[in-house]
Amino acid sequence: MTTKNADAIVVGAGWAGSILAKELTEAGLKVVMLERGPDRATAVEGAYPDSIDELRGAIRHRLFQDLSRTTVTIRNKIGQTALPYRQLSAFLPGEGVGGAGLHWSGVHFRAAPDDLALRSNVIARYGQKFIPEGMNLQDYGVTYDELEPFFDKAEKVFGTSGEAYKINGKVVGNGNVFAPSRSDDFPLPPLKDVYTANLFRKAASDAGYHPYSLPAANASRQYTNPYGAQMGPCNFCGYCSGYDCYMYSKASPNVNILPVLRKDPNFTLITRAHVMRVDLDSTKTRATGVTYLDLDSNKEVTITADLVVLGAFQFHNVHLMLLSGIGKPYDAQKNEGVVGRNFVYQTITTSRAWLPENQFTNQFIGTGGGGVAIDDFNSMNFDHGPHGFVGGSPVWVNQAGVKPIAASTIGGGKDAPRWGAGYKKALVETYRHAMAIDAHGSNMAYRDVFLDLDPTWKNTYGQPLLRMTFDWQDNDIRMNRYVVSQIEPIMKALGATKYELGMLEPGKPFDTRLYQTTHLGGGAVMGDDPNTSAINRYLQSWDVPNVFVIGSNAFPQGMGYNPTGMVAALAYWSAHHIRTTYLKSPGPLVRV
Amino acid sequence: MALAGTAAFWTADEFADWRQAIAAEAAQTYTPRYFTPDEWRFLEAATEQLFPEDETGPGAKALGVVDFIDRQMDTSYGHGGLWFMSGPFQSGPANLGYQLPYAPREIYRIGIAGADRYCRDHYGHAFADLDHPTQIEALTAFEKLPIQFDETLPAGIFFEQLRTNTMEGAFSDPIHGGNRHLGGWVMLGFPGARADFMDWVDQYGPAYPLGSVSISGETA
Repeated sequence: MTTKNADAIVVGAGWAGSILAKELTEAGLKVVMLERGPDRATAVEGAYPDSIDELRGAIRHRLFQDLSRTTVTIRNKIGQTALPYRQLSAFLPGEGVGGAGLHWSGVHFRAAPDDLALRSNVIARYGQKFIPEGMNLQDYGVTYDELEPFFDKAEKVFGTSGEAYKINGKVVGNGNVFAPSRSDDFPLPPLKDVYTANLFRKAASDAGYHPYSLPAANASRQYTNPYGAQMGPCNFCGYCSGYDCYMYSKASPNVNILPVLRKDPNFTLITRAHVMRVDLDSTKTRATGVTYLDLDSNKEVTITADLVVLGAFQFHNVHLMLLSGIGKPYDAQKNEGVVGRNFVYQTITTSRAWLPENQFTNQFIGTGGGGVAIDDFNSMNFDHGPHGFVGGSPVWVNQAGVKPIAASTIGGGKDAPRWGAGYKKALVETYRHAMAIDAHGSNMAYRDVFLDLDPTWKNTYGQPLLRMTFDWQDNDIRMNRYVVSQIEPIMKALGATKYELGMLEPGKPFDTRLYQTTHLGGGAVMGDDPNTSAINRYLQSWDVPNVFVIGSNAFPQGMGYNPTGMVAALAYWSAHHIRTTYLKSPGPLVRV
Repeated sequence: MALAGTAAFWTADEFADWRQAIAAEAAQTYTPRYFTPDEWRFLEAATEQLFPEDETGPGAKALGVVDFIDRQMDTSYGHGGLWFMSGPFQSGPANLGYQLPYAPREIYRIGIAGADRYCRDHYGHAFADLDHPTQIEALTAFEKLPIQFDETLPAGIFFEQLRTNTMEGAFSDPIHGGNRHLGGWVMLGFPGARADFMDWVDQYGPAYPLGSVSISGETA
C-alpha cells in the first residue's frame, strides 16, 4: 500500500467529475481525478473512419462499462432473488475518460422549473391525496432561478445549439413556449431539421401542439467555448449515441474541458484506478481520502485529501457510499434511511410511422441531440386532474442516426416476421420509409424501488454488487399510455400509411434485456430534509460534510427531460458554493 | 497477419494496421478456425434460412455470414469477455436476462450439437440435410418451443444467439468478414462509412444518392 496526498480527490472522469476538477483547480486546489477505465482522446479513439464501426461501437460496447469486472444485480420486487446484469442491454453506463459523457447523444435540457418542486406543486394544485400511496414524491430544494446562471454556464461550455423562447422575460423567438425565461440566448443557433423532424414539426403544429427545436450539445457551427476548447460543425454523420464524435461536434469532457484541464499543473489524472472506498476517520463524519486498486499493479493505493468529490455514474456513486458507510442505508421495510432511497429511471417508449414509398426518411442521417419536440404533455404543462397521475413526457423525433445492425434488431414492425424472406422485406421497407417518435417520460420514486448491496454476488475485486429493485408502477404506466395516445393526431397529420403506438403494457415487468435508456437517477438524492435526502441542496453529504456527491443520483424523481443538462448545472452550482463558501470555512453548508 | 477475429484485434492500437490486415484477409478464401466441418454445415444452412437469398437481396451465404461468426468466436466477445461471467449461476425469470455460464462459443458448440440431435430424432437427418420447409419448421421449434439442448441450454437462447450474430454478419462493416461486397448495406440503402450528410440534411423526400462505402474504402 502506498500513500499520496492531494487537496481534493474527484472520483470519475465524466461530466460531473471533469466540471468539479476544473472548478477546484481554478480555485487553486491540487486535484487528483481517479478513473477506473482507460484514458481516451478523440484524436485517437475518435478518429475517422475507425470510430464509426457499428459492430465495435454500439454493438460490442467499445466505450461502455466493462461488465466482466463488475455489474449490478436486478430484481423486480422485494422477496425475489436479484440476478446479475450479465450483458449490457437495458442501460449502458460508460467507462474510461469521458464516462457516459463521451458516448452520450447530446440532448441538453435545462430542468422544467415545476419539476424541481414537484411535490409542492402537485399538492398546491391537486391536494395531498393526489399523490399515490407508496410514492416518495419530493422537491429538489433548489429553484430554477437559483440554477439559471449555472444552466447558462453549462450551455456555454457545451456549445449548445437551440432556439430561445424567452430571454429576461421577453419573448424573442420560436423556441419552446413552455420553457422558462433565460438570462441569455443559446450560444449557437438550432441545428437544421432532418426530414423526419421537419415532418413532425408540421404535423405537431397541425395537431395543435407547440413544436420546438431540441436543445443539442451538437454544434450547429464552429465554436470556441469559454475555456478555449474548440468544436467543429456537426455534419449529421449519425454516430453520436454510443460513439466518440470524430468531428469534435458533440460536447464531451474529452473535447470541452479536459484539453484545458490536462495542462493545469494542479491537475493529475490517474486512469485504471478502481476506487474501492472513501476512507473515513473514526468518527465516521469526516473523509480522510480514498483507497483505489491500481488495475495494472493490482495493488491498493490510498490518497489522503481534505475534500472528496464523488462524480462517478449515478449508481456507482450510490454504491461507493454504501461500501464506505457514508449516510444511513435505506431500509424499504421501514421506509427509513437515505442511501439507496428514491432510485428512479425514465419511462420511454417509441412509436413508429411508415411513409409512402416515394418518401425516403434516410434514417442514417442524424445528430444525437437534434430533433423537434413538444412539451404539451411534459411536467405540469397540462391538467393532470382528470387523469390522476403525476408526471409527464416530452414527445419528439430525435433521429440520431439509425445504423444497420440496430435497424436489424428493431426489425420491420410489431407484426413483421423476425427472420426469413418476410423479415428482410419488412426490414428494408422500414429502414427506407419509417420514422420513430419517442415519448420520453418521467418516472416517479416509490417506497419499494431502491438500491442496496446484494447479499450474494460480488465483483472481481471481492466487493458486494449493487442490487437494484425496480419495476414499472401503475402511475407511470398510465402516464405513458395517456401521453402516447396523444401522438395519434400527429400520426394522422403526418400522412403515415400505417403507424404503431409504443406503450408500456400493464402487468409486464421491467425487462433488463431490452435497451430502454441509460438515464438512471436517484439513490442519493438532494433535498432539505436529512430524513429523506442523502445530500443537501449543495450536493454535500449530510453525514460526512467533506464529501460531495455529484450526478443524477441527486434527482428525487426521474424527469421527462434528458439528465445531462441538469447534472452539469448541479455540478457548477455545487462547485460555486464549494468555492465561495465551503473552502473558506469547511463544514456543513446547511445546518438542520 | 492472422489478426482478424483474434483478441488482439479488439485491443490493437495500430488501427491502420489491423484495418489493412483484415481487408487483406477478407479477400482470401476463408479457413474456419473454431467451427468443425459439421458445425459449419449447420451454420451455412441455418443462417441461409434466417437470412435467405431472395428478390429483396443477397442471403447469408453470399454475405459471408458464417465466416463472420467464426471470426467472432475468437474475439473477447466470443470467449465471453464482454459479459459478467462470475458465479454463482442461478436461473430466474426471462426478463432478468441471460444467466447461463456459457460464452458464445460454448452456446454454439452445445447448441449446434443439440439442434442436429433434435433434427435426427424428429426428422431422421442432420439439419443441413433436411429440405427447406423442414429446416424452417425446426428453426421455428428452436425459437418458440421449450426445448433443452444437453439438458442445460434452452433452444431459444441458442436461436437468439444465432439470429443476432447472423444479422450482425449481414450488416456490419466488411472488415469483420461479413456483409461481403457491401451487399447487406446496398440492400438496405445504407451508405456506410460516408458519415457526412451536411449537404443532404434538408433534402426532404428523395433517397440519398451516393452508394455504400466501407471503412477500408471498398465501394459498391
